[in-house]
Amino acid sequence: MFPREVVDSVSLEVSKVRLDGLEALAMDQKGYRRGSFQSATSDEDMLEIAGASVDFSMADDDPPLDREMGGFSSYNGGGMNGTRTMMDFLEEPLPGVGTYEDFNTIDWVREKSRDRDRHREITNRSKESTWALLHSVSDAFSGWLLMLLIGLLAGSLAGLIDISAHWMTDLKEGVCLAGFWFNHEHCCWKSNTTFTDRDKCPEWKSWSQLILGHGEGAFAYILNYLMYVIWALMFSLLAVLLVKGFAPYACGSGIPEIKTILSGFIIRGYLGKWTLVIKTITLVLAVSSGLSLGKEGPLVHVACCCGNILCHLFTKYRKNEAKRREVLSAAAAAGVSVAFGAPIGGVLFSLEEVSYYFPLKTLWRSFFAALVAAFTLRSINPFGNSRLVLFYVEFHMPWHLLELVPFILLGIFGGLWGAFFIRSNIAWCRRRKTTRLGKYPVLEVLVVTAITAVLAFPNEYTRMSTSELISELFNDCGILDSSKLCEYVNDFNSTKGDDLPDRAAGPGVYTAMWQLALALVMKVFITIFTFGMKVPSGLFIPSMAVGAIAGRLLGVAVEQLAFYHHDWAIFSGWCSQGADCITPGLYAMVGAAACLGGVTRMTVSLVVIMFELTGGLEYIVPLMAAAMTSKWVADAIGREGIYDAHIRLNGYPFLEAKEEFSPRRGPWM
Amino acid sequence: MAARGARLCSLLLLAALAGLGTEAKNSEDVRCKCICPPYKDHSGHIYNKNVSQKDCDCLHVVEPMPVPGPDVEAYCLRCECKYEERSSVTIKVTIIIYLSILGLLLLYMVYLTLVEPILKRRLLGHSQLIQSDEDIGDHQPFANAHDVLARSRSRANVLNKVEYAQQRWKLQVQEQRKSVFDRHVVLS
Repeated sequence: MFPREVVDSVSLEVSKVRLDGLEALAMDQKGYRRGSFQSATSDEDMLEIAGASVDFSMADDDPPLDREMGGFSSYNGGGMNGTRTMMDFLEEPLPGVGTYEDFNTIDWVREKSRDRDRHREITNRSKESTWALLHSVSDAFSGWLLMLLIGLLAGSLAGLIDISAHWMTDLKEGVCLAGFWFNHEHCCWKSNTTFTDRDKCPEWKSWSQLILGHGEGAFAYILNYLMYVIWALMFSLLAVLLVKGFAPYACGSGIPEIKTILSGFIIRGYLGKWTLVIKTITLVLAVSSGLSLGKEGPLVHVACCCGNILCHLFTKYRKNEAKRREVLSAAAAAGVSVAFGAPIGGVLFSLEEVSYYFPLKTLWRSFFAALVAAFTLRSINPFGNSRLVLFYVEFHMPWHLLELVPFILLGIFGGLWGAFFIRSNIAWCRRRKTTRLGKYPVLEVLVVTAITAVLAFPNEYTRMSTSELISELFNDCGILDSSKLCEYVNDFNSTKGDDLPDRAAGPGVYTAMWQLALALVMKVFITIFTFGMKVPSGLFIPSMAVGAIAGRLLGVAVEQLAFYHHDWAIFSGWCSQGADCITPGLYAMVGAAACLGGVTRMTVSLVVIMFELTGGLEYIVPLMAAAMTSKWVADAIGREGIYDAHIRLNGYPFLEAKEEFSPRRGPWM
Repeated sequence: MAARGARLCSLLLLAALAGLGTEAKNSEDVRCKCICPPYKDHSGHIYNKNVSQKDCDCLHVVEPMPVPGPDVEAYCLRCECKYEERSSVTIKVTIIIYLSILGLLLLYMVYLTLVEPILKRRLLGHSQLIQSDEDIGDHQPFANAHDVLARSRSRANVLNKVEYAQQRWKLQVQEQRKSVFDRHVVLS
């Protein structure tokens, strides 16, 4: 009896106080001991629980309606019948008290003990009749069934998002006459394209070709430019209006709030149906508008929404907040799995970044959910060729130990950039929170989109979508490539099959280098203002883009250095003339990992995601070296990753395991 | 009830998408793509042909062969042939689903912001609207949610339950909008 009284009086304390600001939760902890050791007050607490019980017939996402904005009011039709004794309360499973107020934390101990009691009851009853036995079997099985459904739904939604985003991104440039639903690549699928101009085909018409009839000339260029900017503005305007009108919780990345929710906090409606629909639709719009953001973080939010919604089908998870958070951890793993095509990386990401309480059982279930999601996405086949992700590369070139020096340099760059980005982004978001900038969200989105579109169109590396850019940078140049980045001076007499040696850079490569340098500068600055806007925005892809550009620049520089100075001591041992020793694509990959690690401070999950993306087990050591270096450098400058920094900025009640309290600001002050 | 409807819709959607993925292949949606780099004085070329996977190699796809007999093997060694397939039906259905959902949402938004206040004004009369404007002072689309909620308690039929749920949802969105956009408490 005693523990339950303690537990219930604690939760009553928590639920009674209406928090005005989210920082005030810590003050509730002082109520922990009140009423627990005096039996008289605990009797009153018991009866008060009855009066304060919330109507449990509502869905968990809808807050109680009669709740006043300023205070707490008990909501129950008529109040409980006074003749029920205390013993009845203590014996029955207390169904009504399971729902919590908005912006409060759950009581982990009580939820766990309720689940244990429920399980014990089912096991005891299962001996009575066959029906009860079946019920107990289905109860044990329900977790796995739920994971299967989450994987299916998350995979399907990811497929929808990918196909629509590809189509809408290309819509800014033109339209396909053979069926308006085809994007550029699929439009030209059937027709024969030339080796040098792989983009041109008669079915795909750019806007100037449609309007003017021809695609050449200054006027056509200006018209294309104008149409690009207009489409970008339209998409982002639609996105922000939909977010503002239907589901304001759908903006931003979602990962800081999901971290907080998984640690036990309640934000009603954050993982609801409308948030799911609006996030899916507006994510496609935001990505297509050319803004410097990615869709991986929002996909985690989408997957967690799926998890939360599907929990309502099963009583075991609907009524128990702690069990629900285990399901949400698994759903987050499924989200990352479909975002990157990396099921194992997804599970590790959920373990390392997102989850708070991650027992071993959740590990296995997350793996199952991630696997089902990846399988569903693959069967929808959004990219053709049964690939899961756009930048799947298949490298198997060896690397030399001396190349660790540039890799560590990339790691240092990643750490520096990560720390710089976090500082500036937090400063900008704080300004948005506190000054008048925050009063005009729609205008802010439009201005940022306009600046991004105007600056992005002239440079072909910023005009293409960021995923395509990363894919092109990761690509190793072979004889079959004819892009500008691969315009090396070829000496055909010395080629042996597809294995090209290091060659001198042609003019195309030099042009590509300075264009990429401009793209790097632009992306570094524009992402600071983009992340945190009132549209769904993720930052994995922009960070990887920054790192990939930096890596490729360094890689080409090292390659040219090795080509022109192959007689230097550092190169002569392993990089003789005519050998293929430096792979700039690998440098791009390592740079991407370094920058992503610098921003998010992921370690193991980052390396696993990167090598699941590339399939190259021989690159684990460079990736680890770069990830560790960037983490050390970034941690030396600023202690938190981007998600923890946002949690601290918003003041969410999140107990960070690594945080230490300085003696001056003790809890008694 | 709305929750169950939404659940049903989402399950139907995922069943449709999953079913499309395993549909029988349209014969137009397969191709064998051979990329052949420049060779001697022939420029590079890309060949596409609609063949099955076992026939996907240089000899079957590259037609007409640009090099004479003895050079064919050297030419073909440099070419890379890949078998690709896609499902154009999946793409079409997905885009149409997406556009229809987007269109419905936009129509609903237009209805809520423009049409509904006009209808309410006609039904309730001008004076009541002035009173409610003064009370709440919030010019967002869901400003009259409190009013309608209070009034609708008395009647109880199916249509009114729908309206009740809708007003409850509007109140919830208004709350969220206040936390996110006005007070900046959540989501910076």
